[in-house]
Amino acid sequence: MIDLHGYGPRLFEGAMITIQLGLLSLILSLVLGLLTASAKMSRSWALHRIGTLYTTIIRGVPDLVLMMLLFFGGQIGINQVTDWLYYQFDIDIFINVNEFVAGVLTIGLIFGAYMGETFRGAFMAVDNGQIEAGRAYGMSNWLVFRRIRFPQMMRHALPGLSNNWMVLLKTTALVSVIGLSDMVRVAAEASKATREPFTFMLIVAGIYLLIACVSEWGFARLQKRYDVGFGETN
Amino acid sequence: MKIQTILGISLIGATLFATSANADVRDIRIGVDVPYEPMEFRTPDGELTGFDIELGNALCAEIGIQCEWVVQGWDGIIPGLMARKYDAIMSSMTINDDRRKQVLFSDPYFTPPSAWFAPSDSAIEVPYPQTLEGMTIGVQRGTLQDNYVTDNFGDVADVNRYATADDMVLDMDAGRLDIVFLDFPVGKATLIDSNAGDYKVIGEMITEPKEYFGDGFGIAFRQRDEDLAQAFNEALSTLKDNGTYEEIYGEYFGSK
Amino acid sequence: MESLTTWIEGLLANNDIFTLQTLSYYGEGLTTTVQLVFLSLIIGLILAVPLAIGRGSKHQWIKMPIFFYCYVFRGTPLLVQLYLIYYGVVFIEGIQDTWLWVILEKPFVPALIAFTLNTAAYTTEIFRGAIKSTARGEIEAARAYGMSWWLMMRRIVLPSAFRRALPAYGNEVIFMLHASAIASVVTIMDLTGAARFVYARFYAPFDAFLFVAAIYLCLTFSILYLFRYLEKRLLAHLKPSGQ
Repeated sequence: MIDLHGYGPRLFEGAMITIQLGLLSLILSLVLGLLTASAKMSRSWALHRIGTLYTTIIRGVPDLVLMMLLFFGGQIGINQVTDWLYYQFDIDIFINVNEFVAGVLTIGLIFGAYMGETFRGAFMAVDNGQIEAGRAYGMSNWLVFRRIRFPQMMRHALPGLSNNWMVLLKTTALVSVIGLSDMVRVAAEASKATREPFTFMLIVAGIYLLIACVSEWGFARLQKRYDVGFGETN
Repeated sequence: MKIQTILGISLIGATLFATSANADVRDIRIGVDVPYEPMEFRTPDGELTGFDIELGNALCAEIGIQCEWVVQGWDGIIPGLMARKYDAIMSSMTINDDRRKQVLFSDPYFTPPSAWFAPSDSAIEVPYPQTLEGMTIGVQRGTLQDNYVTDNFGDVADVNRYATADDMVLDMDAGRLDIVFLDFPVGKATLIDSNAGDYKVIGEMITEPKEYFGDGFGIAFRQRDEDLAQAFNEALSTLKDNGTYEEIYGEYFGSK
Repeated sequence: MESLTTWIEGLLANNDIFTLQTLSYYGEGLTTTVQLVFLSLIIGLILAVPLAIGRGSKHQWIKMPIFFYCYVFRGTPLLVQLYLIYYGVVFIEGIQDTWLWVILEKPFVPALIAFTLNTAAYTTEIFRGAIKSTARGEIEAARAYGMSWWLMMRRIVLPSAFRRALPAYGNEVIFMLHASAIASVVTIMDLTGAARFVYARFYAPFDAFLFVAAIYLCLTFSILYLFRYLEKRLLAHLKPSGQ
């Protein structure tokens, strides 16, 4: 058996943090992605511009730099507001952007931009005739979205979403640099203390591969579900 | 998210009467950067310990408040205090003028020198810019040692900056660094005591010039928290009088 | 030149953070980042071509190791790979006494190895996809001409595959630029390293990181336009005629 020098439980906690961080930022990025896709496809000039600006900036700057900016800078920005409240009105509020929150926000914000592009492409791939048919049946816009556009869009979006999720999962490793004890950080600390980098880093690499395998399987099942009625992919 | 005062009531209170800040010293959180043995480090099961931790806990007990330790990387430790992620820093922080502009310091509680460390077979005798030409020097990013080395040796030598002291020791072990510059007790614990004989101190203990090396370690507070600093100063002098300080000191550095 | 320096000095006179010294850190950081990214991309590209061909081989013993390599390097974070290589090489018995240590001692080469292996894995997959999608008719035509396998690869399959791979490869280049930001974790003073240094010294996150974000943004756009231009030149034949 591999000797973990007592770091086993902390490594497990770290893995849990990685998974939680990944899932929460996935949810945030999906919401942001849908909003961005709608903004970019909207007829409003301003919304379109905002959507484009967001995706351009996010996709032009490294994740790590954005994360540091948000983690170190975001807190100071918030504090300027709370400090002002303190000096003006003697109100002492403290809003803490901890590493976990900063991590979820940053990763969600970054991948919202990528998800936005995926969703936009997928929405555009839905046949317009389908939407018109829905309208002809007297469906409301919301019903058309829920019954026709969304399910068909998902079929086109899933390969992209699956890809984004795999990249997102690996991006969570960066939070170890800003100080969150995810499994990469625990492994790094452990390998320094025990001088056994191979043991700990290989274990962590193995856990990432395991999560990736499970996700692949999950996405394959989802794809099957959304492919119902389309013979060409089986 | 944590709201320490009930918003609405104090909003009305504050605008109607010019109330002063609450003078009671409350429970606080203290920021610390680990590992920095023997000052602050973790046992393998994750427990925090070290000279700062034990002294800090003793000080809190003396004042009669609860203290919670918050681990924060060194390069974000002052912004974290400003950001109110915690209320004090007790993490081998040297008092100097640059930092005084940012934070309020307690009286110094410990005054260690900085020192150079190199492998035992190193040929370096005295670290001057001339003798370290072309070498690789290790420092911890954002420390006063970093500032000193960057300004005085940055032009002639490579400076490798590390996030933690541990990273630095690992690269020194690997042979990637020719010499490192850090707080003497830390270098002694991590390089000399743990590797018995592999490393040695090079040259003198360094405490000058003051513009870099300052006035010993202090506990840092936000400028506005004068009451809190006062409480810690009083507790520190009590612990020095009643022998508690000496006891903790002896545990980590041997008796004076 | 001197007037330029005085001009910049004048511009920076009232600025505590962006002095000539810190700007030179950013300048050196830019050079390091560009070197690191450029070298790893070039070497990765050279490795990826034979790997992509091998990945489509009929022989399991060629195909499987390449598949495994790609799967592992694409499935784990670059940060973990970097740690493994940077700290791992030290543990190779006796490495410090060989000539190899001269190049592995500095963080640049270990980081270069990690980045290269990473980008080679992604590029292999991109090329494999492009090779696989070669039109059957082209291959049949080449066979009918009596071309050898090697000649067919060289004249027919690879040139068209390169063109088809171009858009995806452009993304990979940008991805690599962004991924290179983690080099600062192993003490390399790349662009992000310079920003972290300035941040730690002056406690000024906005100045330090916004400035570096702007530089990265410019680099990203340059790469984007370069690839747009290449696509326009090389993929012109794929556009609908009459445009």
